[in-house]
Amino acid sequence: MDVITLKWLLFMTVALLTIGSSIMMVTRRNPIHSALWLVVTFCSIAVIYLLLGAQFIAAAQVIVYAGAIMMLILFVIMLVRLEKEGAEERRKSRMKYAGAYLTLILFLELAVISLTFFMTGKEGRYTPEVMETAGNVRAMGGLLYGKYLFPFEIASILLLVGIIGAVVLVRGKATRRKTD
Amino acid sequence: MLQDIPPHLYFLLSGILFTIGAIGAITRRNAIIVFLCIELMLNAVNITFITAGNLYNSLDGAIFVFFIMTVAAVEAAVGLAIFIMLFRLKDTINVDEINLLKG
Repeated sequence: MDVITLKWLLFMTVALLTIGSSIMMVTRRNPIHSALWLVVTFCSIAVIYLLLGAQFIAAAQVIVYAGAIMMLILFVIMLVRLEKEGAEERRKSRMKYAGAYLTLILFLELAVISLTFFMTGKEGRYTPEVMETAGNVRAMGGLLYGKYLFPFEIASILLLVGIIGAVVLVRGKATRRKTD
Repeated sequence: MLQDIPPHLYFLLSGILFTIGAIGAITRRNAIIVFLCIELMLNAVNITFITAGNLYNSLDGAIFVFFIMTVAAVEAAVGLAIFIMLFRLKDTINVDEINLLKG
């Protein structure tokens, strides 16, 4: 079996796994099950990144999304009381079905565009040969600490603001009563 | 003989995932599941960025995805904090019953 056949086989398997697990994520009633199916989706998207030659992003996907963010979401699901999405869901659902149909039209547009897409624009300098000698992570690091240093620092400030915002929002009931 | 995987298939996969996420965000009413669907839509867009970057032999797509991941992490922290606050306030996170800003 040559490399191209293997790539096709891997791509088809992973693409079907991604689509299937994301459909399971949307349709499950229990939010914990949804979150666990989303972990499967994230891991298979990481394999897609590997097929596209983005090793650093694949590793970050598994660590940040499948690890950190999903753990946070699972903890929050356990903190809040879950209620059954039951009988009253039927009542106001007609508008939601209309929205779903409109989204399907959006999907048709996306499909037409992605199948008739052709390439315009300038090629960059990170060809596969260059990446083989330089390495993906080293090239990414050079860009992040060189050309994109200023956005990188802004991202760190954004993370700091996010931490402070989260702490301020959920600080305990006792302190809030005192200030009221 | 098979050719290498065309980028169209990656774009199509990204479109399918985005649509599934959008339909979920519209039809579900548990706020946390709506949030999960938004994360799925962000990931679909990330696949598009990586594919285009790979197509053009450029790393800018991967850099952009890096920043999207940073923003998604911040969004997760602040968004989940808001859900916990809403749950304390209204005892529910059903998006149809969260109407505090309605005049």
